[in-house]
Amino acid sequence: MTSLRVLAAMSGGVDSAVAAARAVDAGHDVTGVHLALSANPQSYRTGARGCCTLEDARDARRAADVIGIPFYVWDMAERFDRDVVQDFVAEYARGRTPNPCLRCNEKIKFAAVLDRAVALGFDAVCTGHHARLADGTLRRSVDQAKDQSYVLAVLSPEQLGRAMFPRGGSTKDEVRAEAAARGMGVAAKPDSHDVCFIPDGDTRGFLAGRLGSAPGRVVQQDGIAIGTHDGAYGFTIGQRKGLGVAAPAPDGRPRYVLDIEPTSRTVTIGPLESLDVLDIVAERCVWTGCPPPTGPRDCLVQLRAHGEVHAATASPDGDLLRIRLARPARGIAKGQAAVLYDGDTVLGSATISATA
Amino acid sequence: MRYIDSAGGRPRSAQDCVVYLDHAATTPMLPAAIAALTEELTRVGNPSSLHNAGRRARRVVEESREQIAEAVGARPSEVIFTSGGTEADNLAVKGLYWARSAADPRRRRVLATPVEHHAVLDSVGWLASHEQAEPVWLPVDASAVLRPEVLMDAISADPDSVALTTVMWANNEVGTVEPVAELAAIAREYGIPFHTDAVQAAGQLPVNFAASGVDALTITGHKIGGPVGVGALLLARGVQPVPVLHGGGQESEVRSGTLDAPAIRAFAVAVGATVAGRDDEASRLAKLRDDLIAQVLAAVPDAILNGAPPGPARLPGNAHFSFPGCEGDALLMLLDARGIACSTGSACTAGVAQPSHVLLAMGTDEARARGSLRFSLGHTSTQEDVDALGAVIGEVVERARRAGR
Repeated sequence: MTSLRVLAAMSGGVDSAVAAARAVDAGHDVTGVHLALSANPQSYRTGARGCCTLEDARDARRAADVIGIPFYVWDMAERFDRDVVQDFVAEYARGRTPNPCLRCNEKIKFAAVLDRAVALGFDAVCTGHHARLADGTLRRSVDQAKDQSYVLAVLSPEQLGRAMFPRGGSTKDEVRAEAAARGMGVAAKPDSHDVCFIPDGDTRGFLAGRLGSAPGRVVQQDGIAIGTHDGAYGFTIGQRKGLGVAAPAPDGRPRYVLDIEPTSRTVTIGPLESLDVLDIVAERCVWTGCPPPTGPRDCLVQLRAHGEVHAATASPDGDLLRIRLARPARGIAKGQAAVLYDGDTVLGSATISATA
Repeated sequence: MRYIDSAGGRPRSAQDCVVYLDHAATTPMLPAAIAALTEELTRVGNPSSLHNAGRRARRVVEESREQIAEAVGARPSEVIFTSGGTEADNLAVKGLYWARSAADPRRRRVLATPVEHHAVLDSVGWLASHEQAEPVWLPVDASAVLRPEVLMDAISADPDSVALTTVMWANNEVGTVEPVAELAAIAREYGIPFHTDAVQAAGQLPVNFAASGVDALTITGHKIGGPVGVGALLLARGVQPVPVLHGGGQESEVRSGTLDAPAIRAFAVAVGATVAGRDDEASRLAKLRDDLIAQVLAAVPDAILNGAPPGPARLPGNAHFSFPGCEGDALLMLLDARGIACSTGSACTAGVAQPSHVLLAMGTDEARARGSLRFSLGHTSTQEDVDALGAVIGEVVERARRAGR
C-alpha cells in the first residue's frame, strides 16, 4: 500500500494513541498533533497545573514518544471558540439542541486542522474515532456501544477522503489491551465524557453565563401559562426534570418539554405521547454512502448520539430532506443530526429543522 | 513531489537532528566539561563534610569558584552557586526586594524591562501579587534597547521608593545587548542595587562583573558548554539578598542545598574554556550569523530581521526573523521535519507557541510576532549548518504561507 504523510490528532486518550500507532504500523509517515482548544488559551501558561488540558497534552506527548513519532501542539483555541463554542451557544439561543462534537469534527478536526495539514504537506488526518472507513464509506464501529459514526456522518466525501480511523475495527477493550501491550501509559485512562468545554457538566449554567437571564413563560399545550423560567436555552425537547412548574398536572402524569419557541421564549410542556414525532424535516444534507437519492429511500435513521435506530423513508425535497418514521419516536430535538444508515453503513446526514 | 524527500527523510530522534540552530536554548557540553563531570561523579564526598572525602569535594568546589571568579572578573566570595539561571534570577529579584523593603518599607518599586526572561518577569510579577511590589516596566525601543535616560527618569521620579533594578545583559530571543554598565552607573548614583541576567551574554561577550558595576549577575552552565542544573549568582560584597531556599546555608547563608561538586567542576571547566576562546569564537559566530542573515534574506526577501543590526548591540550568535504571512509553529515543524532545529521563542506548558512578549514589547504587532523564528549559533555551528538552512528556508516559508494563519 501507499505510504501517506499522516497527521494524527492526539487528544491524550487511549483511542487516538492506538490509532496513531496503527497508522505507523500500516507504514505511514505519522506526525502527532495535540489540539489546544481551551476557551482561555492564557490558562496554559498561568496557573494551569493540574488542569485537564495540560494533563491531556502531556499524555498525548508521552504516547507519541512511545510510538516514536514527532509531536507538536497546535493552538486551535480561536477557531474552536468561534466555530464550536459560539455555535453551541447560538444554537441553544435559537431553541435548538446542538451536538458540539459533531460540529468540532465538521469545522475543526476535518476542516481547520485538515486544511492546515494539507497545506503543510500532509495527505490525511487520523483520529481515534470509533468508526470504520473504507473507500470513502463510513461504517459503525465494531464496538456498537462506543460507535461514533453519528458524529462523523456530517463529513463530506472530500473530508472523508482525507480521514483515517484506524481503531474502528476493534472494541474498546481490545484497544485498551493493545495500548497496554504497546507500553502506553494511557491504556487505563478513563474515557472522557460530556462536553469538553463544560467540564463541570452544567450546561444550563454555562449557557446562562453566556446568554444571561432571558425569562419567559412555561405554558401548557392549550397556551395557559403555568410557570416561568430564566432562559428558554436551559431546556431540551423531551426534558422532564427542572421544568420550574409547581403544580402537578391535573392527571398527575409527568410532563415533558414539547417545544421551545426562542423569539417569545415560550416553553411548551405536555404529556409524553405529545412528544411523538412521525415526520422530520432536515437541512444541510450530506451524502457519503450512496449517491444523492432522487426519490424516496428506505433506510434506518438515528436522531441523536447513542440514540436508538428507527426504520424510515427519506425523500429529498429540494435542499431539504423529509423523513417519515415507520413508528413514532420521542424527544426529537431540532439542531440534532438525522443520520441515515443502511445496516451499519452511513448513507448521509442532515440537520433536523422541524418535526411533526 | 513530497517535500520530505528534499531533506532525505525525516529524522527519528534528537541524535538525527543534523542542523542544530538552537544554542540559545541549550548548547552541547564541551568534551572537557563532560570529562570533568564524569570523573567527579565517580567520587564521593559532601563538600560540607569535615572528613577527608568532604575536604576533597570542598576543594573541588572552591577551586571551581576561583576559576569562575577569575574568568568573569569577580572575587571568589562573590560567587554563589545555584541550580541554574532561574534560581539565580529568583534569588536576586525576590531576595533583594525582600531585603530592601524590609530595611525601608517605602521601597516598593521594581524597575525592569518588559523583555526580561520569564525567570525575572514572573519573579517580579509574583512580588507584585504577593508582596505589594510595584513593577515599573521600563519601555524599550524598537530594537529592545533600554535607553539610559528612561531608567534615569524612572528612578529620579522617586528614588526612595525603588527596591531594585533588573535589566538583562543580552536578550535571549532577539539577541539585543543592553548598555548594562551605563544603566548600572545610574542605579549606583542612587544607591539602588542593580541585577543583570547575563545567561546569554556570558559565552559570547566580554562579561566582567567588577568592571560592569552591577551588584548581582546571573550566569548558568548549560548555555556555555557546561551541564544543565548548575549556575551562579554573582553578588557584590555587601549585597545581601534574603534567601529563597532555606536549609543548611551552604552558600554564605544566602543559598542552601548540598553543593553539587561534579556539576560545579564541569561548570567551571566550561566557563574557563569558553572565556579563554571567547573573542575568536565571537568573531567566528558573527561571520556565520551574517551569512545566515544574508542567505535567509536572499531566499525570503520580505523577511524582517528583528532586534539590533549586526554589531556591538547584537549577540554574535543570534539571528531572529519575522516571516510575514506565516505561523511560527508551522515553520518550526517544517524545519524540524528537515532536521533543522530552531525556536519560536517561548511555548506554554502545554506546548503551544506563544507570540513573543519580547517582540510585543518592541512594538511588533501580534501577527508578525507569531510568525517569528530564532536561529542561534554556538560552538558546534558550522558553515554547513548555515547553508542547510539557506537551502530550505525559501521553500519552507512558501509552504507555511500556504497554510496561512
